[in-house]
Amino acid sequence: MSNIVLQVEDLHTSFFTRAGEVKAVDGVSFYVREGETFGIVGESGCGKSVTGLSILRLLPEPAGQVVGGKIIMEGKSLLELNPKQMRAYRGKMISMILQDPMSSLNPVYTIGDQIGESVRLHQDLPENMVEAEVIDALRLLRIPSPEMRAREYPFQLSGGMRQRAVGAIAMSCRPRLLIADEPTTALDATIQAQYIALFEDIQEKTNVAIIFITHDFGVVARICDRVGVMYAGKIVETASTRDIFKNPKHPYTKALIQSVPQLDKKDERLFSIEGQPPSLLRLPKGCRFYPRCTVSMDICKEQEPPEVKIGENRSVSCWRVK
Amino acid sequence: MLNTITTTAKTKKKKQYRGISRATRVMRNLALWIPTVVMAFMIVLAIFSPWIAPHDPTVGKITDRYLPPAFMEGGKTDYLLGTDQLGRDILSRLIYGARISLSVSLLAIAITASIGTVLGIIAGYGGGRTDAIVMRVVDVALSFPGLLLAMLLAVAIGPGFWTVVFALSLLGWAGYARMIRGEAMRLSQSDFVAQARVNGASGWRIMTRHIFPNIINSLIVLMTLQVGMMILAEAALSYLGIGISVPTPSWGSMVSDGRANLDNAWWISAFPGAAIGLVVLSGNFLGDWIRDKLDPRLRQL
Repeated sequence: MSNIVLQVEDLHTSFFTRAGEVKAVDGVSFYVREGETFGIVGESGCGKSVTGLSILRLLPEPAGQVVGGKIIMEGKSLLELNPKQMRAYRGKMISMILQDPMSSLNPVYTIGDQIGESVRLHQDLPENMVEAEVIDALRLLRIPSPEMRAREYPFQLSGGMRQRAVGAIAMSCRPRLLIADEPTTALDATIQAQYIALFEDIQEKTNVAIIFITHDFGVVARICDRVGVMYAGKIVETASTRDIFKNPKHPYTKALIQSVPQLDKKDERLFSIEGQPPSLLRLPKGCRFYPRCTVSMDICKEQEPPEVKIGENRSVSCWRVK
Repeated sequence: MLNTITTTAKTKKKKQYRGISRATRVMRNLALWIPTVVMAFMIVLAIFSPWIAPHDPTVGKITDRYLPPAFMEGGKTDYLLGTDQLGRDILSRLIYGARISLSVSLLAIAITASIGTVLGIIAGYGGGRTDAIVMRVVDVALSFPGLLLAMLLAVAIGPGFWTVVFALSLLGWAGYARMIRGEAMRLSQSDFVAQARVNGASGWRIMTRHIFPNIINSLIVLMTLQVGMMILAEAALSYLGIGISVPTPSWGSMVSDGRANLDNAWWISAFPGAAIGLVVLSGNFLGDWIRDKLDPRLRQL
C-alpha cells in the first residue's frame, strides 16, 4: 500500500467565545494515503471546514485554537512548526481550495501572475522557469490555450474557467496534499461532474492525496475512496466509499444516505432526519446523535459510544454496533 | 417594405441615442478638460515661474504702488494685473505663488497619504488591539482643531514653508487612515486574501501585494480631492500670517496684503483669491471625475 501522507490523531479544535468554549472539532482521527481521496461528509456546522483549517493552522485566532491531538504530515508534526515553517508548508506541501473559488482570485492581477506568485513564494526559480510552471499548472487543469489565459484577468474568464484557475494555483507547486472544501457547491450539475472528473485526472497524474470536504453524498460516491462521516465535531463512521453505501452501520450514516434523492424511487417522500444537531456549546452527555436517533437505547443517553474497529479500514462509534 | 421600416426605426433610434449621448459626453468632457487644463497650466506656472514672470515678485517699485490692472484706467501694460501696496507686480507674484501653493499641497498630500495608507492598512488588516489603538489616535487627530495646532507650531518653530507642510500633515493623515482602514478591513475578509494565506503568503505580502493594489483607486480619488483642501488650508494659514513668511509670495498672504485696501485697490486681493478658487474648484472637479471613472457602480449612470 502507498504511504500515508497525512495522519490526524484525536484532533480537538475549540473556539473560545463569550458564551463559552465551542468544541467545533472534538476528537477527530483519520489518515490519507498518497493518491487517495478521503471524504469528510456532514451537515453544515459539524466541523468539516474547521478540520481543514486546523490542518493548515489557519483558524481565526485568537478565538479558534487547536487544543489537543496530533497532525502528522510525512513524519513531521505540523502543530510543532513555527509560523514561518508552517507558511512554507502552505501552498507547497498542502494546498487548499476554498468554498467559493469564484471570488478567490485577486481582481487586480492576471491569472498567470497569481499562479506565479505561489510558485515564486515557494521555489527559487528564474523568471522564465516560473512562466513555464504557470503554463504547466494551467495545462494540468486542462485550461485551453494556457499561454493566452495566463495573460487574462479574472473578470475575463467564465465561472468554470475561474474555478480551474483556482485549482491551478493550488496545484502550482505540486503539493502532496490537497484540501478541497466544498469546491463544487457553487457549481451547477454538469460543471460539477466535469470538475470532479478533473480532480480524478489530476490525482492520477500527480499522485496527490486529497481531502474532500462536502455535504453531498452524490459527490462522495463519485470521487472518494474512503469516507469519514462527521457529526457534531466527531467522525462517527469511517469506511471505504463502497462499504458506506452498501452497508452503512451508524444510524446517522444510514439516515444521510436515505435522504439522498434517488431516481428509481419515484413517488416516495424523501427521508429527512428529524430535529437539529446539538449545540456545540452544550453537548449531550451520551451519544451526540441520541436525540435524533431512531434506534436509540438507554445507554446512548448516558455514555458516549466508543470507537469500534471493524476489519482493517472501518470504524464506527455506536452502541448498536458490536 | 418591412425591411425599410425596420431600418428607419433603427436609424431613428440610433440618432436619438447618439444625440443624448453626445450632449452628455460634451458636458462630461468639459468637466474633465477645463480642470485638467487649469491644473496643467498652474503646474507649468509653478515649475517655470522664473522664466514666465515678467518682474521680480519680491522687489517693488515705490513709484508704481497701487497701480490698477492694465485694462483699467490708469493701468500700465507693464503690470498686467496691477501692483500692490509696495509696487510689486501682482501677476509675477501670482505666478510665483502657484509654486508655493502647489508644492505645499502636493508635499502635504504625499506625506499624509503615505502615513495614512500605511497605518490604515495595518489597522484594517491587523484588527483587534492594533486597530483599536490606531483608530483612537485617528479620533484624537480628527477632533483636534487644526488651525490652533498650526498656530502653536508657528509660534514654537517659527512660520515658514516646512512649518506649513508639517502643520498640514500632522492631522491630515487621519482622514486617509480612517478610509483606508475600512477598505483594508473589507478586503481582509475577502476570499482572495484567504486564498493567499492558504498559499503560504505572509502578512506583509498580503498587505503589500493583495490589499494595497485594491485600495489604490480610492486612494487616488481621495488624494485628488485633497488638492483643493490643502491649497485652501495653506492659503488660510498664510492669510493669518502663520504660513509662508514675507516676502515670498503665497496666494493666501497676497489676499491678506490687500485686505486693508479692498475699497480702493481690490485687485491686490481679488486676483490671488480668484486663483485659489479656480484651482480648488479644478481639483474638486478632477477628483469627482476620477471617482466616477474608477467606481464601477457609478459608471453606468
